Amino acid sequence: MTTAPVGHGTMLRKEDARFIRGRGTYVDDVTLPGMLYGAMLRSPYAHARIASIDISAARAHPKVRAVLTGDTLAGLNLAWMPTLSGDVQAVLATDKVRFQGQEVAFVVAEDRYAARDALELIDVDYEPLPAVIDARQALAEDAPVIRDDLEGRTDNHIFDWETGDKAAADEVFATAEVVSKQDMLYPRVHPAPLETCGAVAHLDKVTGKLTVWTTTQAPHAHRTLYAIVAGLPEHKIRIISPDIGGGFGNKVGIYPGYVCAVVGSIVTGKPVKWMEDRSENLMSTSFARDYHMHGEIASTRDGKILGLRVQVLADHGAFNGTAQPTKFPAGFFGVFTGSYDLTAAHCSVTGVYTNKAPGGVAYACSFRITEAVYLVERLVDVLAFDLGMDPAELRRKNLLRPEQFPYPSRTGWEYDSGDYPRALETALDLAGYAGLRAEQREKRERGELMGIGISFFTEAVGAGPRKHMDILGLGMADGAELRVHPTGKAVLRLSCQSQGQGHETTFAQLVAEQLGIPPDDVDVVHGDTDQTPFGLGTYGSRSTPVSGAVTVMVARKVRERARIVASAMLEVSPDDLEWEKGRWFVRGDQASGRTIQEIALAAHSDLELPEDVEGHLDATCVYNPPNLTYPFGAYVCVVDVDAGTGQVKVRRFVAVDDCGVRINPMIVEGQIHGGLADGIGMALMQVMAFDEDGNHLGGSFMDYLLPTAKECPSWELGETVTPSPHHPIGAKGIGESATVGSPPAVVNAVIDALRPYGVRHADMPLTPAAVWSAVQGRPLRTDLAIT
Amino acid sequence: MQVPAQFRYEKAVSVEHALTLLGRYGPESRVVAGGHSLIPMMKLRLAQPEALIDINDLHELAIISVERHVLCIGALTRHADLLSSALVGEHFPIFHDAERVIADPVVRNRGTVGGSLCQADPSEDLSAAFAAVRGEAVIVSPEGRRTVPVREFFLGPYQTVVDPGELLVQLRVPIRSSASAYQKVERRAGDWAVAAAGAELVLDDGVVADAGIGLAALGAPNFHAREAESFLVGGPATDERFAEAARIAAEHCNPIADQRGPEEYKRHLAKTLVTRVLSVARTRWHGLHSGEKAR
Amino acid sequence: MIMEITVEVNGSSYTRSVEPRLLLVHFLRDELGLTGTHWGCDTSNCGTCVVWLDDVPVKSCTVLAVMADGHSVRTVEGLEGADGLDPVQQGFMACHGLQCGFCTPGMLMTARWLIDHNPAPSEADIREAISGQLCRCTGYENIVRSVRWAAEHEAGLRERTVEDAGTEVQA
Repeated sequence: MTTAPVGHGTMLRKEDARFIRGRGTYVDDVTLPGMLYGAMLRSPYAHARIASIDISAARAHPKVRAVLTGDTLAGLNLAWMPTLSGDVQAVLATDKVRFQGQEVAFVVAEDRYAARDALELIDVDYEPLPAVIDARQALAEDAPVIRDDLEGRTDNHIFDWETGDKAAADEVFATAEVVSKQDMLYPRVHPAPLETCGAVAHLDKVTGKLTVWTTTQAPHAHRTLYAIVAGLPEHKIRIISPDIGGGFGNKVGIYPGYVCAVVGSIVTGKPVKWMEDRSENLMSTSFARDYHMHGEIASTRDGKILGLRVQVLADHGAFNGTAQPTKFPAGFFGVFTGSYDLTAAHCSVTGVYTNKAPGGVAYACSFRITEAVYLVERLVDVLAFDLGMDPAELRRKNLLRPEQFPYPSRTGWEYDSGDYPRALETALDLAGYAGLRAEQREKRERGELMGIGISFFTEAVGAGPRKHMDILGLGMADGAELRVHPTGKAVLRLSCQSQGQGHETTFAQLVAEQLGIPPDDVDVVHGDTDQTPFGLGTYGSRSTPVSGAVTVMVARKVRERARIVASAMLEVSPDDLEWEKGRWFVRGDQASGRTIQEIALAAHSDLELPEDVEGHLDATCVYNPPNLTYPFGAYVCVVDVDAGTGQVKVRRFVAVDDCGVRINPMIVEGQIHGGLADGIGMALMQVMAFDEDGNHLGGSFMDYLLPTAKECPSWELGETVTPSPHHPIGAKGIGESATVGSPPAVVNAVIDALRPYGVRHADMPLTPAAVWSAVQGRPLRTDLAIT
Repeated sequence: MQVPAQFRYEKAVSVEHALTLLGRYGPESRVVAGGHSLIPMMKLRLAQPEALIDINDLHELAIISVERHVLCIGALTRHADLLSSALVGEHFPIFHDAERVIADPVVRNRGTVGGSLCQADPSEDLSAAFAAVRGEAVIVSPEGRRTVPVREFFLGPYQTVVDPGELLVQLRVPIRSSASAYQKVERRAGDWAVAAAGAELVLDDGVVADAGIGLAALGAPNFHAREAESFLVGGPATDERFAEAARIAAEHCNPIADQRGPEEYKRHLAKTLVTRVLSVARTRWHGLHSGEKAR
Repeated sequence: MIMEITVEVNGSSYTRSVEPRLLLVHFLRDELGLTGTHWGCDTSNCGTCVVWLDDVPVKSCTVLAVMADGHSVRTVEGLEGADGLDPVQQGFMACHGLQCGFCTPGMLMTARWLIDHNPAPSEADIREAISGQLCRCTGYENIVRSVRWAAEHEAGLRERTVEDAGTEVQA
């Protein structure tokens, strides 16, 4: 086994020791004395008026302790709660149900089986209403109004948002030699972490303290929201996010079940556990994407890209609950100009309500950069198709050049650093691109379908500068606290939260690198609001760019405190000290120095310190990022398609990622692997379609298909390293790069394979039926029921 | 996590005991073996039997053997055991082909052959495989035993001829010199079939002496393609004839559109897959017979 | 209806009174407190609940606890022996075969069974063996490597034993 480095480098994970023994503690593993169990009754209809709810039989069940309805909650002023996008969402429906799976009533019983049984005893009288299922019909004049709870609402329109320079873009398009257009759908998908969402809520009536063990990626934000929603004093709320079985953006928001568990505990005086089942998770919690996009790309005849124009219809479901910085209603879709040097760009996004679950920003999307990258990378391939140009050549011709960084994009983003051509060439070399094209030519002559797909992506992560980015008014800066005990062992307290990213290891490595102590000497505390400083949590690949930065800053602060203590110990001026990993020494006298451990002990001793130094080495810090970081990468996917059945086999996948400096390369590569599998899943099988009545057609793992080991090839990774100029160690973050970058590579490969049939585009997921239908020239509407 | 409603539970210790229990609890009772169809449906409360009769201890129903030129497969045979049985593979590779694509290895460790047939899911691969090879189902009741051709076993989706009070105990397939194969199109490993087809061929000097074609997920009556089989028998085993048989099979099946694909696509798959399995079966036949000559 | 059942779990015998509908996964987690076995779906698709029932991997969300009466069960908690971690546990650590850890116990149980029955599994063998078990973090790559690491580690141990024996004979 590898020995731990003192600092950055591959190191085995500290957290694994418990996981491989089955000793992790996930929310459903938490058991408290006297604990009760909750179960949620949900709407079978997509849109219906609730005429009445009869809970008498459920209440009479011998094991039932409480039954909550919208009316109960209305009495506590909790029937509605604010969403992360300034809308409100029903906790338990009072007037209408607005999507299939919406929360209607909550039973608290002595065990989980009895709670489930009691749901059968609740009698709800629904009056079904016509539903809005197809986003493209949401703004039709005769469309039923979904949000009649909002005063004055007469349609299903949520917002219009635009970015870029419309006049400049129109001018470019008016004179361009070539304009290629394509409609494309990034269908509704779901992150589907293996652990569903849930909570154990416990209100201690004596102390008035509410403790909630819950599946959250953002414990501090949840605490503040509970304070706002429930009117509880914030210092009496403790959110504990224990081990989390995957998040991917599914565990950012507050779900009605959590609130009901809290109310259930308040009402019964007992701890209440609620864990959703898989169907509840898929049908009601935050989905991702659902972007209906129209893209246009302008270029010269020889393939110099000039401009992009995009219109998006965004399906936000029944409540606008997307989780993104307040000023960005379409998330960071504004980076849709991707990795290319162009003259002008413009995009407009319209958000609409439909009778589907709320959400939209989730699933490792970096606030909708998944959609943006998919759009531009598909458009570039469509342009290559129209020009008869090799897609690698077209990208080569248009990628931003290294000397253009920092690059101000046409839509107002400043890309921090990049060497794009190097990443592309590295990927093409690894793939053996020329050889693949030769093989493809031979295969085509034999009538075999082989496809090669490329994507080049630019991410924008690490939200973000407080001036521009907040969630519900909470600026997106992160705090950290570092304590160094007298013996030189350290405890780092973090605001962000791990859902598998390995923070206990990498953040210890960050401290280790700065202080020169073994990572095993650094304990990382996270996921408990009573023990950690405030911060916005882990999503949008922000842990390394934001919390990673604050960790380095706080460790450097400790190091500077140590310098003062060392100067007192050595009786020299701090200015005469030099740092080498693990110790301060007197400049010019390498032998005279003190290790960080010696300094830590001295800092707690009776050593006389300068007057303005209190002792100890502990420090706290808050980091407000000056800019986002911009990881990037080049991917090449090779597929074989069975012409007779439409089945796609991903044969190879080459991924070259540049995420700046890598703290623990093993963990970086692991995260890339996971994201690549996501790409295969979304491109080939994952989708949440709905029939015309609004019935969810992907409500279980039998219907919502996730890739298995058999669909995934052995990933081939490469790397380039272009440090971020503004991150304290030059790191950029990696968590979502592969999920963002891989879907277009897979789709481009499949479409490339179908070239002999003249196929130019087909929407995800490219199931065997979708591939065959595309070949027939009758592409499927993948978001609706197949008829 | 979804959990079943309450029920009574009995463990049968013999076939007779199982029949007695079935008689005692009546039509609202269900036999459970692997439980991989029934228990998920009970958890989702799509099935709410009043009593479960567990036959997992009836080891005599888990035996694979050859008796008087008949391959006998106990109803309690786990999918994994059917897949690993050399005896089965030697005589009917179609079952190994099918088992490799049924659910996943862990489910196959528990799920049973009899359970799959009795569930009568229109997409069940084993139903098509047994239909292709003209297997027979042995059903017992307090009155005695009866044998029903698998091609007459199904009354419709999720319905079989096994009456309340009866128990499927064995599947039987007469052994003859034949070659067989099975193929399935699935959206992902472990998924139910978009469409699937199996074939068994007996050739005589290049002429089809006998043919069986099974279809799953294609709405074929009783999981087989009777018209296509009739067409093949007596004619040469050529690509052209296979293609025509596949066309006939596709014409006579009745797939329905769902999220796995439109009807037209499934019909296309019927054609493609029937052609392919016939071709693989023919190759296997020639492999077997050239081998014999070499020996 | 309440039934008394006795199940041997990881070598210890447990007797409990349960409803017949109690799922084995809940018996292990809620009755015995063995929370290493997880659940992630309702339809036997995710495989986070895999345990051994009489030495065969099964999905414990689709087995009734009463079905295990008189039988033996092995869970992730039963992998570590007196002589330390099982090689599959070591392999998953050594090759970063886990991230969030939720699928890990089920993967470990299947991996252990695979190597017991196929000491030198190919990549395809491993992918097939775990194909009924979902992982959302690793893209499976490092799980495959972990299982192979464990298999090779055990093979190495065996080879040494063989060599040692050979030396003794010669001596």
